[in-house]
Amino acid sequence: MIDPVLASRLQFALTTIVHIVFPVMSMGLAPFLIYFTWREIRGGDPVYEQLRRFWTKIFAISFVVGTVTGIVLEFEFGTNFAAFSTAAGELFGGPLAVEGMMAFMLEATFLGIFVFGRERVSDRLYMISSVAVGLGTWLSAVWILIANSWMQTPRGYEVATENGQPVIHLVDPIAAYLNPRFGFMFVHMQNAAVESVALFMAGVAAYYVYRHHVWGYPVEHVAFWQKTLKIALVALLLTAPLQVLHGDLYARHVYETQPQKFAAMEAVWDTEAYVPEYIFAIPTDLSQITDPRAKELFGIGIPGGASWLASGGNPNAEIRGLNSFESEAPPVAIVFWSFRAMVGLGFWFILLAFWGGYRWYTGELFEDGLLHKSLMASSLLGILAVELGWVVTEVGRQPWVIQGVLKTSEGVSPGLTGTEAMITLSGFATVYTAILAVYTYVIVRLIRSGPPDEADLDSVPDRRPESDAAPAGVSDDD
Amino acid sequence: MTSVEALAAGPLFGLPLPELWFALVFAMLGTFLFLDGFDFGAGAIFATLEDGEARETVLSAIGPFWDGNEVWLVVFGGALFAAFPAVYANLFSRHYLLMFGILGALILRGLAPEMYEQRHDERWQRWWGRSFIAGSVLAPFLLGAFAGNWLVGSPRSFTLAGIVVGVTVTALTVVSGAAFLRLKAADALPASVRRIGLGAVAAYLLSVVVTLGVLAVRLPAGVDALVTAPVIALVVASVALAGGYALALRRGANLAALAAAAGLTYGLVSVVALLMYPSMDPAAGLTVGEAIVSTLPLNLMSIGAALLLPLVATYFVVLYSAFSGPISAGEAY
Ligand code: HDD
Ligand code: HEM
Ligand code: HEM
Repeated sequence: MIDPVLASRLQFALTTIVHIVFPVMSMGLAPFLIYFTWREIRGGDPVYEQLRRFWTKIFAISFVVGTVTGIVLEFEFGTNFAAFSTAAGELFGGPLAVEGMMAFMLEATFLGIFVFGRERVSDRLYMISSVAVGLGTWLSAVWILIANSWMQTPRGYEVATENGQPVIHLVDPIAAYLNPRFGFMFVHMQNAAVESVALFMAGVAAYYVYRHHVWGYPVEHVAFWQKTLKIALVALLLTAPLQVLHGDLYARHVYETQPQKFAAMEAVWDTEAYVPEYIFAIPTDLSQITDPRAKELFGIGIPGGASWLASGGNPNAEIRGLNSFESEAPPVAIVFWSFRAMVGLGFWFILLAFWGGYRWYTGELFEDGLLHKSLMASSLLGILAVELGWVVTEVGRQPWVIQGVLKTSEGVSPGLTGTEAMITLSGFATVYTAILAVYTYVIVRLIRSGPPDEADLDSVPDRRPESDAAPAGVSDDD
Repeated sequence: MTSVEALAAGPLFGLPLPELWFALVFAMLGTFLFLDGFDFGAGAIFATLEDGEARETVLSAIGPFWDGNEVWLVVFGGALFAAFPAVYANLFSRHYLLMFGILGALILRGLAPEMYEQRHDERWQRWWGRSFIAGSVLAPFLLGAFAGNWLVGSPRSFTLAGIVVGVTVTALTVVSGAAFLRLKAADALPASVRRIGLGAVAAYLLSVVVTLGVLAVRLPAGVDALVTAPVIALVVASVALAGGYALALRRGANLAALAAAAGLTYGLVSVVALLMYPSMDPAAGLTVGEAIVSTLPLNLMSIGAALLLPLVATYFVVLYSAFSGPISAGEAY
């Protein structure tokens, strides 16, 4: 029978990896929707109403799936990580409770107005609702990241032993909740969300632009897709460079606060100076393939690169190796490769942004088929980069659940049996696959139906069954 | 740091904060069971409606509200976690499979309304309709079972007390659902909704009687726990409210009927809380005083809740007034 600790870890990993997709969509869409709503209400170009209505549908579905998968996570702390919850509840429960009252409440109530109330409320209240929903999604991230950053760099606490169990007491709330990691996480996460959504929008719009301009098919709402592509490109030009620049600072902060994680990211076993940044590395002995920095290594690296990253500019700096820590190392290969893939994607997104920006400048944005294909292929890569970043963060923290304070193996519910954990793990594997499939299906359908026709704007509500029955914009040539 | 030291020194204004948080946690549970209760009840009534348009009407009636209503469950969990972490951990891990049953039901119910509207062919809507019904009926039943097990302190997921409380809560959601649907769409829905409400309130009373009988046997303190002035007063008030509900629903005073359903829900939750107190987790033998977090986080959270809950109330007022009155014909989900 499977070990309940392993099953709980796999289950938590699976359920958060699925959950984060939807918050990324909603947090990333939020600023766009606020902008579209504002432009629509200000009047003028009707394309903004189309934009607002089209992307609100995608937002609404993402939000609902985010809600149902989010509740699962909250409950899992109690069901699977009872020892962790008992030990750390004093510090960890507060942010979750406040997240509910401050963020989810704001978001979920005003979403009702934002999705259903365009015809019912004044422009002003409608505008306020869009801001409230967006603010709510971002505040959710604030509180959950406060909780998570405390697990990475715990401060402001004291450990006591009560009834033979460790209990963590809060002594300094400011130190605990405003720890420096939180700032890094919040900026990196929110910028990543906007960047991911910009990539998604650009990929979808590129598909239609490509069909129309490169292939020459008739496409409805071409102006809408062109506008979408341009708006997405602007957002990408802003976020992609920032993400990489910020990631560089962030990596240094990780080196300072979680040296063991950094050593795993760079697969440094022995403390060395002038450590190269390997872009690619395989062991010459293939039986050690899961260990990217086994002794005999064939690799391509930037000399001194990792030292440079850790120290902020000194290629000769020394990096503490994994062997110098008392606790066992995290699964190095996963952390090493995930980090590389995220960084690689970060540079690729910059390239895409500049390429698109350049074509726009030369007036060939709608004609460059290769650019369109690259954008289409990259539409989901932003979300992939987010997942990879989280894997670095969470797997790199192992074996600790709270860095240096509590081991993951000590956090799992004591009474949990392997059978129970296995039932729910396989249940989630099935249900979440189905959820992802349905979500994908619905999103693809919405994209294929396109925005509402201009003739339908500002008239009767668009959610009437009739208008859905004959989706506008489905071209009949496929 | 002096302000932090002051916050750690003793309860804010000398208030009985552990008891207040005990009450608050149950108040949040009650609010969830009333607000999302009428959504669940609407889901159960949806099962009795064959006609496609009537089904659409039910979905549009709850459309703008259910997501916000459900957050009360999230907030209940968060408050329990923050104020009584050991209870949260013990209770949730003890009822491991039951908790995931609740989550499964909430997934079915949560996805269904949004998905139902995505396509207008029969097979698609039949399946999402089933998902909506199954989730709406199972969620209150399993939540009731959870509350029943919590109260009698049973480590098992399925107990007699759990099952009868589950049935009671499910009946109660139908009571609320019928009043809500009459309020929002009396004209667009068949008169059967009213009959269902009347039947449900009778079933609720019956089920309360059975539950009290089971509790008399299963509670450690036995009948003595039940024969106290507050419990008797609440039971009497519930009977009166049930009568008031039936009368109001018949007369078409649907808002009054909904208010009576709210009273019944808070009454039921209060009985559970009264029977539990001073214990917070009978199975683990933890009392409110033992399970509460230390003073500093408790004070911080109390400040947070005092600031935020009035705001939350405002959001709900804004939302419900934006969508007040019966839904109009053009407004589908
Ligand atoms: C669009 C997505 C995206 C892109 C392109 C990047 N990142 Fe990232 N990264 C994330 C999205 C992300 C994230 C949102 O998934 C994480 C997880 C936790 C967090 O705060 O952000 C993350 C975590 C994360 C961590 C781990 C922090 C920890 O353990 O707490 C580091 C060191 C970096 N990033 C550094 C970088 C660098 C140097 C990049 C490029 C050169 C980069 N990131 C691009
Ligand atoms: C949404 C983005 C996130 C993703 C993709 C993610 C991913 C993961 C993964 C892969 C693991 C398993 C690590 C392992 O056992 O090897 C894990 C564990 C865990 N994560 Fe996260 N995580 C995310 C956010 C969070 C947040 C915000 C919190 C807390 C507030 C959190 C708390 C935990 C806990 C308690 C565990 C279990 C103990 C452990 O294995 O360390 N995670 N997560
Ligand atoms: C980086 C990690 C995370 C971020 C940024 C995040 C953000 C969000 C956002 C924005 C929502 C709103 C729904 C949506 O927009 O799709 C949401 C829903 C939710 N999340 Fe997460 N989340 C993360 C991880 C977690 C974890 C680890 C938990 C466990 C406590 C959690 C609990 C919830 C709950 C309970 C909901 C449902 C709220 C509702 O009913 O409206 N989230 N999350």
